[in-house]
Amino acid sequence: MTTHPTTGESAWWQRIVPSGRGVVIGVPYFWLLLFFLLPFLIVTKISVSEMETVRFKDVLTLKEGLLQLTLKLSNYVFITQDDIYFKTYLASLKYAAVTTALCLAIGYPFAYFMARAKATIQPALLMLVMLPFWTSFLLRVYAWKGLLSENGWVAELLIGLRIDQILFAADLIEAPGKLMNTPFSLVIGMVYTYLPFMILPLYANLAKMDLRLLEAAADLGATPWVAFWKVTVPLSKAGIIAGSMLVFIPCVGEFVIPELLGGPKTLMIGRVLWDEFFSNNDWPLASAVAVVMILLIIVPLAIFNKYQAEATEKRS
Amino acid sequence: MTQPSSPAPALLQIRDVVKDFGGGAVAVNHVSLDVSKGEIFALLGSSGCGKSTLLRMLAGFETPTSGSIVLDGRDLAGLPPYLRPINMMFQSYALFPHLSVWDNIAFGLRRDGMPKDAVTERVDSLLKLTQLGKFTKRKPHQLSGGQQQRVALARSLAKRPQLLLLDEPLGALDKKLREETQIELVNIIEQVGVTCVMVTHDQEEAMTMASRIAVMSEGKILQVGPPGDVYETPATKFVADFIGNVNLMDGTLIEDHADHVIIDCTDCKHYVGHGITGTEGMAVTVALRPEKIHLSRQKPADDFNAAPGTIRELSYFGSFTVYHVRLDSGRMLKVSQANTQRHRDDALTWGDQAWAHWSRSAQVVLTQ
Repeated sequence: MTTHPTTGESAWWQRIVPSGRGVVIGVPYFWLLLFFLLPFLIVTKISVSEMETVRFKDVLTLKEGLLQLTLKLSNYVFITQDDIYFKTYLASLKYAAVTTALCLAIGYPFAYFMARAKATIQPALLMLVMLPFWTSFLLRVYAWKGLLSENGWVAELLIGLRIDQILFAADLIEAPGKLMNTPFSLVIGMVYTYLPFMILPLYANLAKMDLRLLEAAADLGATPWVAFWKVTVPLSKAGIIAGSMLVFIPCVGEFVIPELLGGPKTLMIGRVLWDEFFSNNDWPLASAVAVVMILLIIVPLAIFNKYQAEATEKRS
Repeated sequence: MTQPSSPAPALLQIRDVVKDFGGGAVAVNHVSLDVSKGEIFALLGSSGCGKSTLLRMLAGFETPTSGSIVLDGRDLAGLPPYLRPINMMFQSYALFPHLSVWDNIAFGLRRDGMPKDAVTERVDSLLKLTQLGKFTKRKPHQLSGGQQQRVALARSLAKRPQLLLLDEPLGALDKKLREETQIELVNIIEQVGVTCVMVTHDQEEAMTMASRIAVMSEGKILQVGPPGDVYETPATKFVADFIGNVNLMDGTLIEDHADHVIIDCTDCKHYVGHGITGTEGMAVTVALRPEKIHLSRQKPADDFNAAPGTIRELSYFGSFTVYHVRLDSGRMLKVSQANTQRHRDDALTWGDQAWAHWSRSAQVVLTQ
């Protein structure tokens, strides 16, 4: 039997050398495998290991010819028993949620008007959104320390406008006139830092919207306000979800901003992780905390992915 | 589809409307039109002639620079689109992609705060009318072009508008489907009895669907009338050329009689069996439709209205054939002949000598 070169089976070398597509997809997968999945498995392994003075025991041991698996789940049990972990997880989720909501509230109108601005000035506006990335993230967050502490001009402005009284009444600062190291300063820092991550996907989504749909809505009796809620917002759902995920997920595990701008009342899980790893040197417990955190983040991410997959399916 | 125009006052009165976007050309230039109740009125023109701008002014998306639009005795000036008793079927439909067929149709009714039962009843009757009953839960992207078109129609009819606007209603459909849909669309519109203004660049679409046509060019209305009138008695060279195929021959009016005129063109003398207002020696153009010309091998008896030539091109369309005849003067004449017989032995073909001739009432004499 002879096979035609163009219709028959692929040549022998084609079966060994991966196709171009395989390489393009394979390289990032390999990267993620090596630098995400593998370390995550190691961390998971550490979280169920037993501490032995300076290092921890292997999970798998060969004892008298028998392979023995020792899983120490006490760290996970400990996390559920000591309510500091539960409280900090909850606080992390709370601050991440508040930050996401504020980013959405500020970012949506911004992205909306940017997408509806004249085509000629849109690149300039986009540039302005990304401009903060040109300076170090650390410097920018540190700058807020100066702005919000006593004699900082933002602090003086807010106090001058008596906004500190409102913040105090809402229990967002500890005392009138003291803005730094409070939930208020923490959220300001996080919203400031993560706002571009909300704006960019929203802008990308809103810019490609078919404006005739708004005309169709107006034609059918919808006022501009109703058309916005019934047409624009539902159609930008994918952008809202993408932006919210981009803000929410890193916010949950944020360490630098709570460290620089937060205070005693704003303990977040990133700080707890740091303490367990580097102050208490309890790597198994720290790893358990990290694993639980990742699980907390993976759930919303999975929902997001499912939605994205559905949206892609719809488009095709 | 010609209907006698009713003597009742026009439902829609467009009075001296101008739209100037600035920057030279005026999009709509002093347009006045009357559209009677129950009529299907077509604005026909090539792209950029201002027909879509005029339609958008009716819908309220554009504001006229001057002039007035009156619907059923009410001046629409200053009325935003969402308050006008006018609905539009958009070009390529603009269906809401996030809503099902049912919700798309119900969108306008819900905005009016119509009670739920009434909405259901109305939407169901429209689904029946447009034969979309099977697709209520589908999203627009799950429908074919023809189905989407019907959803768009149902959505624009849902609020029972006083005026329905159609923007290139069949432009997104392929040819075969377009022909079927034209008739279906007209049937539905007539069943509902809504007055309709449509915009199209497709003359066939305008002629089959509309009861009256307005031919537009460069922001101006050139001619208004029933399709037959616009086709058979075009007012200008532009209209004659724009609607259908035409042979235009320049000539001079040499004899002016009460019941006929003689026009001298390079190729032949035209005997036109109807009087025209003109003077002898005046330069005129004779418009002759290809299907009104006959071809024969023998010289016809009439000395007028005939010219000899050679067949240079021949396009066979099945039901008819278009011949390009080169007259002895060098002018090309388009002649269309119905193929009424199968396999004619003496059929004219490339290179044949033939006489083109036409009746004494076949021509239209144009002075502009």
